[in-house]
Amino acid sequence: MRRVFIIIVPYLWLLALFLIPFAIVLKISLSDVAMARPPYLPQFSWEAGPGAFLAQLDFENFTFLTTDDLYWKAYLSSLQIAATSTLLTLLIGYPIAYAMARAPEEWRATLMMLVILPFWTSFLIRVYSWMGILSQEGYLNQLLLGLGVISEPLIILNTKAAVYIGIVYTYIPFMILPIYAALHRLDSSLIEAAEDLGCSRAKAFWLITVPLSRNGIIAGCFLVFIPTLGEFVIPSLLGGSGTLMIGKVLWEEFFNNRDWPVASAVAVVLVLILIIPIVLFQQNQQKQNEAQS
Amino acid sequence: MRLSWFNITSLTLGFAFLYLPMIILVIYSFNESRLVTVWTGFSTKWYGELLSNQAFLDAAWVTLKVAVFSSTLATVLGTLAAYALVRGARFPGRTLFSGMIYAPLVMPEVITGLSLLLLFIGIGLDRGVLTIVLAHTTFSMCYVSVVVSSRLVSFDQSLEEAALDLGCSPWDAFRLVTLPIIAPAVVSGWLLAFTLSLDDLVIASFTTGPSATTLPIKIFSAVRLGVSPEINALSTLMIAVVTLGVIIASLISKRNFVREQHGSESRH
Repeated sequence: MRRVFIIIVPYLWLLALFLIPFAIVLKISLSDVAMARPPYLPQFSWEAGPGAFLAQLDFENFTFLTTDDLYWKAYLSSLQIAATSTLLTLLIGYPIAYAMARAPEEWRATLMMLVILPFWTSFLIRVYSWMGILSQEGYLNQLLLGLGVISEPLIILNTKAAVYIGIVYTYIPFMILPIYAALHRLDSSLIEAAEDLGCSRAKAFWLITVPLSRNGIIAGCFLVFIPTLGEFVIPSLLGGSGTLMIGKVLWEEFFNNRDWPVASAVAVVLVLILIIPIVLFQQNQQKQNEAQS
Repeated sequence: MRLSWFNITSLTLGFAFLYLPMIILVIYSFNESRLVTVWTGFSTKWYGELLSNQAFLDAAWVTLKVAVFSSTLATVLGTLAAYALVRGARFPGRTLFSGMIYAPLVMPEVITGLSLLLLFIGIGLDRGVLTIVLAHTTFSMCYVSVVVSSRLVSFDQSLEEAALDLGCSPWDAFRLVTLPIIAPAVVSGWLLAFTLSLDDLVIASFTTGPSATTLPIKIFSAVRLGVSPEINALSTLMIAVVTLGVIIASLISKRNFVREQHGSESRH
């Protein structure tokens, strides 16, 4: 009896507050927008029966997403921004993880803590901290103008570049930690052996270090790519009107245009897009677990 | 092992990148000028202004209430879920259950928020503190369950079996054997859930009503218009609280570690 209780409470909670809400999104995405409260039709009623209700559902909103180029442009641009910033995060995060793994044993715990610490501070504040740096009168422009590197202030805030910086900054711990975990386990005598056998340092790095940290790189990339795809805070604070991201489109569709059926359809398509990287990530993790045990 | 120049450079630049933005934020929160980017002199007046701003204080209170309730509820539910997943025998719908535990971790916040809002409207629940607590509990229980189950997997199950063999009821075995062993994971799960709740803007924005504004919602609507000195002061306070918390936590865990080492030595 107690066994059942342990399972049943979290099970019902997740059914009621995760699965059923998602079923509602799916249903509304197949409904039509209406001037009513709530603003969509059809409403389910027992008198009309489930048959009549189902008959009124259609894929109109999804067809609409393909005809209005705002949406597919937003999906493509989210994919592009997520992919580019994942690559940038990898290029910046890898050397940091590498240096951490090479650092003296007694430093490592502190370095780890320093990487994790920003994660505990508010995401919103970390994004916000870049607004003062990147704005036209911001600290970066003041510094560069003061040093005489540039004569005109750079326009970075409200561009894609600012979004990249924001994503790299907030998500880099997710890249560093798995790569560090992989490099940390790497047996350094392998590299010594390669160098003894005449490998150059760069060649040993490409032939030994990179392949052996492959799982860490893959895990890090997914951990950055997946959440970035639906990101809302970064594009709305650092991006401009030109940086389209699907999370922001969904938000505006819902709050500003009050078009619930289209917002729901946008959400359903986003989930469908996310399933591919999530399944690949899951497989990578499973392979890694099997390799370790 | 000695660090090469390349490694020293990447560590220095890397940590400068991670910490400089926040250090600048803290420094400029003591700037006298309302023009945030121009330094005119040291002043703590923005802190005074912040603490006399009733709207911010109310929002902070709401946020704290939501975080305490949701993280506590999430810890209970998440620990139960972890126990069910790791120790539970096969039960119908187990795959669905573990899917529902992992899916919220990767679900974009806008979608979680939207779907919960549609549910609350559908069942006619008034939106406010209660609905935010329900929403936060749902996604943070999944994080708690991941943290707790990694601890459950790694500890020796025969300890539980021994307790059962020696006549413990399953509940006593859980209370007297399992719970003390997984306690550190439960505590870190609670802390994680608490931070996630304090931090959340998107899901709270969807699930709240006019009666409850959380601190992130307040901050977001203020900074949308640009940098503001009050928000700098508020950010500094929040960074200070987190730093203090992490330092205290690491001191406690270090002391426990030393004590454990000491204990195991004297037992030998």
